[in-house]
Amino acid sequence: MTIDTQGPVTTTHGQERAEDASVVGRMANYLDERTSLSGAVKFLGRKIFPDHWSFMLGEVALYSFVVILLSGTFLTFFFQASMSEVQYDGSYIPMKGVEMSAALQSTLNISFDVRGGLLIRQVHYWAALLFVASIGLHMLRVFFTGAFRKPRELNWVVGFLLFVMAMAEGFTGYSLPDDLLSGNGLRIIDGMVKGLPVVGTWISYLLFGGEFPGTDIVGRLYTLHILLLPAIVVALIGIHMVLLIINKHTQFAGPGRTNDNVVGVPIMPVFAAKAGGFFFIVFGVLMLVAATVTINPIWNYGPYDPSPVSAGTQPDWYIGFADGALRLVPPGWEFLIGPYTVSMNIIVPVLALLVLLGAVAAYPFFEAWVTGDRREHHIADRPRNAPTRTAIGAAGLTFYAALWAAASSDIVATHFRLSIESVIHLCQALLIAGPFVAFFVTKRVCLALQKKDREIALHGFESGRIVRLPGGEYIEVHQPLSEYERWRLVSYEDYQPIMLRPDRRGRITAGMRARARVSNWFFEDRISPVSRPELEASQHH
Amino acid sequence: MADTIRDASGTDSAGEDTGTERETGVHSTSTSTEVETRSEAPGTAVVRPDAIPNPGFPPERLRVTDLDPREEKKAERAVSLWFGLGIFGAIAAVAVYVAFPLGNGDPDVNRWTTFGIGMGIALGLLGIGFGAVHWSKSLMEGHDLVEQRHTTRGSEETRARAVEVFSLGNKESGFSRRKMIRNSMIAALVAFPLPGIVLFRGLAPREDPNELLKFTMWKKGTRLTRDPSGTPIKASEVTIGSAFHVIPEGLNETEDRLEEKAKAAVLLMRLRPQDLTISSGRESWSYDGIVAYSKICTHVGCPVALYEQQTHHLLCPCHQSQFDITREATVIFGPAKRPLPQLPIMVDDQGYLVARSDFREPVGPSFWERENS
Repeated sequence: MTIDTQGPVTTTHGQERAEDASVVGRMANYLDERTSLSGAVKFLGRKIFPDHWSFMLGEVALYSFVVILLSGTFLTFFFQASMSEVQYDGSYIPMKGVEMSAALQSTLNISFDVRGGLLIRQVHYWAALLFVASIGLHMLRVFFTGAFRKPRELNWVVGFLLFVMAMAEGFTGYSLPDDLLSGNGLRIIDGMVKGLPVVGTWISYLLFGGEFPGTDIVGRLYTLHILLLPAIVVALIGIHMVLLIINKHTQFAGPGRTNDNVVGVPIMPVFAAKAGGFFFIVFGVLMLVAATVTINPIWNYGPYDPSPVSAGTQPDWYIGFADGALRLVPPGWEFLIGPYTVSMNIIVPVLALLVLLGAVAAYPFFEAWVTGDRREHHIADRPRNAPTRTAIGAAGLTFYAALWAAASSDIVATHFRLSIESVIHLCQALLIAGPFVAFFVTKRVCLALQKKDREIALHGFESGRIVRLPGGEYIEVHQPLSEYERWRLVSYEDYQPIMLRPDRRGRITAGMRARARVSNWFFEDRISPVSRPELEASQHH
Repeated sequence: MADTIRDASGTDSAGEDTGTERETGVHSTSTSTEVETRSEAPGTAVVRPDAIPNPGFPPERLRVTDLDPREEKKAERAVSLWFGLGIFGAIAAVAVYVAFPLGNGDPDVNRWTTFGIGMGIALGLLGIGFGAVHWSKSLMEGHDLVEQRHTTRGSEETRARAVEVFSLGNKESGFSRRKMIRNSMIAALVAFPLPGIVLFRGLAPREDPNELLKFTMWKKGTRLTRDPSGTPIKASEVTIGSAFHVIPEGLNETEDRLEEKAKAAVLLMRLRPQDLTISSGRESWSYDGIVAYSKICTHVGCPVALYEQQTHHLLCPCHQSQFDITREATVIFGPAKRPLPQLPIMVDDQGYLVARSDFREPVGPSFWERENS
């Protein structure tokens, strides 16, 4: 009896609620009753994102990756990852009857016989170039603002891995059409791999499934390009995003902003609209470029053949630093150990690249070791306020730039009517001396800017207004800052060099000495932020 | 979550919010006392008691759309207009797709379809993008909100429970007590991927690569033929100063044409005999100033395709290694170390150039076992 009466009562309750709700409300209810989705909405929906133009660089990377996935999926419906010989019979007349691989023929078909196929190929290519570029710029932003500091060191490493994966994706994709340029790229990879000690010959042999070029490599790279590497990239992006949510975004110093809050717009609705809109803008700009600018016109290059190569060929921009590293080796760096050939002209550039990448990955841990700072940091530094770090970044960038420029040594030489030798020598000099010069200059510029900031914080802007005093003296009136404007100039972290002191057991270890020396190098030149007494003293004048 | 989010714009409320911050500066607001009691070391950072205090949030600046209803109306129309343009772009892309069929091989049609479809899609995307961003910037509630951060590490309670979970796991399984089980399991886990690694041997054929790298198609009597046509070359056709791209006769008919070509490609040049420096043992390798060298760079294997007639230098376009043909292709610049291998040649009874033998050393890039083979 009780059961009977209770039954209808609950039903009418449910019906009443359902009738109240709109269609959306009913759907949301349906989902939530099966997934607890409301919890996620509650947790994420009003999360705050701070705003700064430089925070968009990572977004550009993410969105171009989405464009890559969409356009790449379309391309897989037409591309044949096979190196079996065919005679081209598509509609591009100059190539009619030419012997080529099925891979190249299908790429030509995408370009000439699939409506919009060329557009999608080009958007895929441009998006790939933008993907790597935006990751690189995003990393530079994170580096120069110190956004890699605790608690974000691990996310820096994840991002670094994404950068490496993006380059790997780029290179595997570059090699797929099996045209003259991509084949030559593979030839260089083959030569580099063969030059590695002990295992090189066998790795090359296994990679290519026999002798270079073989008939396997395109299929194998295709599997990497569309299955393994994208899976890794997607997984890493997932980790990157989860850590971003856990750590929350950094923000630049500003009035009201502290290390313990996040000031900005909520995900729902403003950030969602801005970021969602920005996705369409990135996609739209890539489409615009793809519609108007030809890239990788494989129909001009023809099929891969080990014999011809055109002068002035360039790798994609992100492989440039590796190619440049090969070019900068002076003659004669190869010798024999017993019966074995040691190709230092391969090993040294490969090591240089690995050391460069390793240094990038390890930097947050290095800086944490130097400062010994175990606090969490959520305020992004202005680069000038961390002069040594900024100088290290500039030095690294110069090293990279010298390698990168070397990859275009022949183009530079012909364009500026120089000899190839002199361009190479110039790049070699730039590679060795450039980082030191960049370090010195950057550090001085940073310190000078800090001094200028101090001046402005204490005495205000030069207003350009000249006033003649009753005594006849002319002075320029300084416009004082508001406290909000001043805050940006005076709120930064300041570190001092370590004092080398014996530890509890009265020892000074070699590690402590090393750390003291590095710390001294890091922080011996420093400009302290303006303090309250200083400010008060300046205001009494 | 919502309770920690506060409005950053209203001057009065923000002033109260940041009252504590005003006294203590950036790194020690009331919520971070937890951090400090846990004594997260500042390292060598200078913690200043006399730092200038955070002034708190500035008064909010209203947008024109907040102040002027006409501006608001205008922005509303602009957003809709952008979305409208988006619709137009998408439809235009479809129209271009339908209007221009492909397949006649006319590059112009191809260019125009690419351009037309692309511009349409781009407009479709940019319309949505600009519309959404304009909407968010001009019409959506625009002032900043504040959310408190919490330290990333779990609370002491959570961490203690996590430690407890692991120690219970350890106790209940006997993981660290039963050393034999543990160690044998680790050993088994190390062993199990080995077959997986071994399987990858199947990526390449059974032959030893070193045997394959040792030889090329050239053998005694193979005619030098033009690349790519395969027509033989008479010694009399090779005038002084000329250069030929050469492949062995029959290459185009072989099964593994590209693999053979990647080793056998040769560059043939004729210099004045007195310009050539010839080392002992190689006197018979050239014919009347005609010399043949491997075209595959000894650096990483690009074709050394650029011959400078006046200086008799060969330049590799990939990494700019330069080889001096007058001195048996010695490296004079660039990263390559070894000279290009020379192909010994002679003339057969009909006057055609033929190989005297295969190369006497492996061609192409260096590899570890090279001198062994």
